[in-house]
Amino acid sequence: MIKLFKVKEKQRELAENASGGAPVKKQTAGELRLHKVNFKPPLDFLLDMTRDISELNLPKSCTMQFPNGKDDLMNFEVSIRPDEGYYLGGTFLFSFQVSPIYPHEAPKVKCKTKVYHPNIDLEGNVCLNILREDWKPVLNINTVIYGLYHLFTEPNYEDPLNHDAAAVLRENPKMFESNVRRAMAGGYVGQTFFPRCM
Amino acid sequence: MADASVQSSRSRDLDKLLLRPGNLVGPRFEPGPEMRDDLQTYARVLVVGAGGLGCELLKDLALSGFRNLEVIDMDRIEVTNLNRQFLFRLEDVGKPKAEVASKRVMERISGVNIVPHFCRIEDKDISFYNDFNIIALGLDSIEARSYINSVACSFLEYDSDNNPREETIKPMVDGGTEGFKGHARVIMPGITPCFECTIWLFPPQVKFPLCTLAETPRTAAHCIEYAHLIKWNEVHGGVAFDPDNPQHMKWVYDEAVKRAELFGIPGVTYSLTQGVVKNIIPAIASTNAIISAACALETLKIATECSKTLSNYLTYNGAEGLHTKVTEFERDKDCLVCGPGVLIEVDPSVTLQKFIDLLEEHPKLRLSRVSVTHRGKNLYMQAPPVLEEMTRSNLSLTLFELMGKLSKDVVNVNGTTTKNDQKISCLRKLSVVFKGIDGVTDMDTAGGA
Ligand SMILES: [Zn+2]
Repeated sequence: MIKLFKVKEKQRELAENASGGAPVKKQTAGELRLHKVNFKPPLDFLLDMTRDISELNLPKSCTMQFPNGKDDLMNFEVSIRPDEGYYLGGTFLFSFQVSPIYPHEAPKVKCKTKVYHPNIDLEGNVCLNILREDWKPVLNINTVIYGLYHLFTEPNYEDPLNHDAAAVLRENPKMFESNVRRAMAGGYVGQTFFPRCM
Repeated sequence: MADASVQSSRSRDLDKLLLRPGNLVGPRFEPGPEMRDDLQTYARVLVVGAGGLGCELLKDLALSGFRNLEVIDMDRIEVTNLNRQFLFRLEDVGKPKAEVASKRVMERISGVNIVPHFCRIEDKDISFYNDFNIIALGLDSIEARSYINSVACSFLEYDSDNNPREETIKPMVDGGTEGFKGHARVIMPGITPCFECTIWLFPPQVKFPLCTLAETPRTAAHCIEYAHLIKWNEVHGGVAFDPDNPQHMKWVYDEAVKRAELFGIPGVTYSLTQGVVKNIIPAIASTNAIISAACALETLKIATECSKTLSNYLTYNGAEGLHTKVTEFERDKDCLVCGPGVLIEVDPSVTLQKFIDLLEEHPKLRLSRVSVTHRGKNLYMQAPPVLEEMTRSNLSLTLFELMGKLSKDVVNVNGTTTKNDQKISCLRKLSVVFKGIDGVTDMDTAGGA
């Protein structure tokens, strides 16, 4: 390709000498345009995200916010309002952080609402298999949101992150239910205070 | 005469490749000293990364007859680099890698000019990358490779028969190592698979379930990830963990040790902690040297055509004995990054709404529920409602204006189309050309979508 490099270099010199003059022949439109405007390249992961987001089919009671505007789809928030189960009536906010190698890597999800839940700890870490060990590139944001929604309709004590909540759910579902109501209304469960989220 | 003999002894080995004919040479290869001179004068190579691979690459390229080199790296030298990043000395710790590496190679190899760039790859204008003939990658992250790949492929243009235009092909040579394993590959956008065509080659990272970390740790790595992912937030809520901060790393190590003692698990060490948290495998100097040598040779072959290039992916494994293999991967015809896309010619007066309507009627596309993206900007998103609302006002603006008044450029669209009576989602690359705008009058005349 060295001959081609030579031609290109000669054109470059020519273009530099002709500083701002008539457009240099032979130079392609693409090259001209790249000198004029500095653009980001179209990045593959952004396209995957755009597709994912534009095809979302959310549960009715879920809404999304894009705090950084319409062009940053890599950071967003989802609020989930379960319409059945222990958590009926509560609103739970999750933050999503999507990596540049999405969908090769799962999004990072945190629960921003302090919640009394066997599978979500008090720091907002979420135990959901598809966010960690079972993530596959064929999964998408929609799957994750449904997975989160499912955690509220079917909390399970077998994968505990909040050990106490898991134990109560396993041994005394009635008490678990009243703990959840108390926490969602804004109050203490044991030593821990939960702000109101209804 | 004396001078000439010095000259010939310095390039003795290179001359064997460039001054003699051969059976594997490219069709345009003309052996002779002019080839060697042109290589020195006209070949401009960018080395991305000045770490373990980058140091080797710079040295190898400089010794292979390349004289116009530039290197880009955002890191500063750390003590732990010194065992393998052989261009650096103890007194260099804290200095930018790109600058020190350039200086050291220029000191040792006369006539070579290396321009260092101490910055992030994203900080450079895209036109910066277009000034190089070949880009050699010595990186350790998928993200950075993917970025450079997108940049290099964005220069690629196709003719009306969907053949890549040779003058727009930006060849890349990519090296990568992990411990005793490594790969070297040649990417000729439009001809051989690009990085994105074969992204599946990278195995997904191992991620432990959080509940295992919290409840039933079984390995040293579980203890480390517990300290890193759960305990850190519990104690430092709000302070982001910084893997490059030695104090943060030490804290995670100490916590992991406590956790391991509690569960009677052996094997937590500081270096394992670093490895697990940063997801790194110890680098081996000889692997870097071997992979980089392969990359430098490919770079030379691309530039001079003195031999056939690797087609197109070499793997090396020195863990047990030694095994190398070359696999010829195939391009993904519909690759959004290196594929030709569908050519669409429109009038500059067409509004975004009209453009979206055109895609619905387009015989090759028949797209409905369309969203349009241009170089990372979402021009229109048909869902979710919050984004639809934010982008709706664009519908009445002209596409020409929304695309920055370029005579032609790529947009990406996604929507649904019907195939065998089934609705399927589809993400497409469109090459949009505006009719009657300067700069394209002499090209893309045929093609007609
Ligand atoms: Zn590709």
